[in-house]
Amino acid sequence: MDLFLQRVVDAITNGSTYALIAVAMVLIFKATTLINFAQGEQAMLGAFAVLQLWNWGIPMWGAVIIGMLFSGILAAGLERAFIRKFDPADHLPLVIITLGLFLVINAVAAIIWRFDPQSFPQLFPSGNAFTYNNVRLSWYSIFAFGSCVLVLFVLQTLLTRTKIGLAFRAVSSNLESSRLSGIKIGPTLQFGWALAAAAGTLGASIYAANPVLQIEPSMMLRALIFSVTAAALGGLDSLWGALIGGLTIGFVQSVVVQYIPFIPNEMSLSAAVVVLLIVLTLRPSGVLGTRAVERV
Amino acid sequence: MTSPILHVEDLKATYGPVQVLHGIDFTVFPKEIVVVLGANGAGKTTTLRSISGMIQTSGRIELNGEETRNLTPSEIVRRGVAHVPQGRGTFPELTVEENLKVGAFIRTDKDIKIDIDTCYENYPVLYERKTQMAGSLSGGEQQMLAVSRALMSRPQLLLMDEPSLGLAPQIVEDLFTRFVAINREQETTMLIVEQNAQLALDIANRGYVLESGRISVEGKAEELINDDAIRRAYLGA
Ligand SMILES: Nc1ncnc2c1ncn2[C@@H]1O[C@H](COP(=O)(O)OP(=O)(O)OP(=O)(O)O)[C@@H](O)[C@H]1O
Ligand SMILES: [Mg+2]
Repeated sequence: MDLFLQRVVDAITNGSTYALIAVAMVLIFKATTLINFAQGEQAMLGAFAVLQLWNWGIPMWGAVIIGMLFSGILAAGLERAFIRKFDPADHLPLVIITLGLFLVINAVAAIIWRFDPQSFPQLFPSGNAFTYNNVRLSWYSIFAFGSCVLVLFVLQTLLTRTKIGLAFRAVSSNLESSRLSGIKIGPTLQFGWALAAAAGTLGASIYAANPVLQIEPSMMLRALIFSVTAAALGGLDSLWGALIGGLTIGFVQSVVVQYIPFIPNEMSLSAAVVVLLIVLTLRPSGVLGTRAVERV
Repeated sequence: MTSPILHVEDLKATYGPVQVLHGIDFTVFPKEIVVVLGANGAGKTTTLRSISGMIQTSGRIELNGEETRNLTPSEIVRRGVAHVPQGRGTFPELTVEENLKVGAFIRTDKDIKIDIDTCYENYPVLYERKTQMAGSLSGGEQQMLAVSRALMSRPQLLLMDEPSLGLAPQIVEDLFTRFVAINREQETTMLIVEQNAQLALDIANRGYVLESGRISVEGKAEELINDDAIRRAYLGA
């Protein structure tokens, strides 16, 4: 029982960080029905920037905020330089570009910071908030989950209560009518890219701040696959779906794999994908995703 | 004679190698309701998309005497043109009220709330459904919302692309009756593209007939209603 509870705690911890990357993807997907494969690498780059700033002596949370700004601005630049000139309705060139960005960012990070894992500073108080028998709930877990929920609330507020948020949702919903309402599509999507990258950088920083992990250029590869799966599972266009998806994947990864003896640990990725397939068979648009609404 | 709000001259449009508009001329004066009739594929939608800057064209398009052919859609909206596109003119995943707010996107004044209320007075059913997703409305309600969304930018000129499409006759009649009222009360000039010639000519001041990308007939609405060729082609008489 203790082991089970401990696994659930681990699931929530991992799931929260997947959810933060997943939510970044959901933002881009909502607006463009495009999966940005470079999202994880952008986030990794942002986390390295945070580490660099910290090494230069900037206080931890200051470094995180500057890192989020940095990756937001970088993403806005990437959108302007590589994404905007393409027809948003034609996905293939865009997918190829995000894959290209994935490779380039990964290579750049490896050149600058090498492939050796480095330890990332603590973002949250260390130690356990709570111990019961053998179940340990670390401060890290609490803060990781809390940050995720907080980010979702902030994003939700931004999207529903601000003018640019409304424009962003309008563009997601109907490109032509958005144009005809005077919304400038390019800058609106650029805002989405920046927002997504900032959320991703926070996610990657929290991920790297996990006491049991270190930061290295390929750290997001696994996390990316879990996050894409989480995003698809929750419904690619739903913010809260990303959290549900993230938690589910975290759960599959740590609980199911632990208890079903014939699934070895290395198979946790595949197990997550199998769960995704099952969910999508039952609910093609994910747990919380909107089904396409068609005019009658 | 007052100067035109919209003046189009020798307008040509092509999609790839295919020329769709072969040099059309027409004019809309302030406070008029002008209708453009034409069969499927005649180029009606293309004409409206040219005016709102959604496609590249050649020729002249003047709004209040100023060339707008090379402006972007968002600049043209800011010059007082609103466009209700053919078919799907709403934001299905946004609530009715949010749709109206998007319509006011270009505005920064304090009267947006008042105008939202005016929309609700025009179409009370929208008030009843204001927190509902637009995608859950009936076809007729969506068209009312699409028109209201366009009016929220306080346009001088409202372009409407086949507003009657796919709606039951009774609903179309209500919709068009409101157009006349809006035209009077808000002094909104309207350019309506239609295949439903009878209803459109009933509310219009003047009309043009577009055939395969050329204007074939033009005149006062009451003349067009009695024109033999038009009666045969569009009024089933
Ligand atoms: N995006 C496009 N690419 C290529 N050809 C197009 C495109 N849009 C329209 N056309 C063609 O241009 C011609 C005019 O189209 P348009 O949509 O303007 O006609 P319409 O009068 O609005 O017709 P309808 O009553 O069916 O809406 C048609 O032959 C159509 O096939
Ligand atoms: Mg048309």
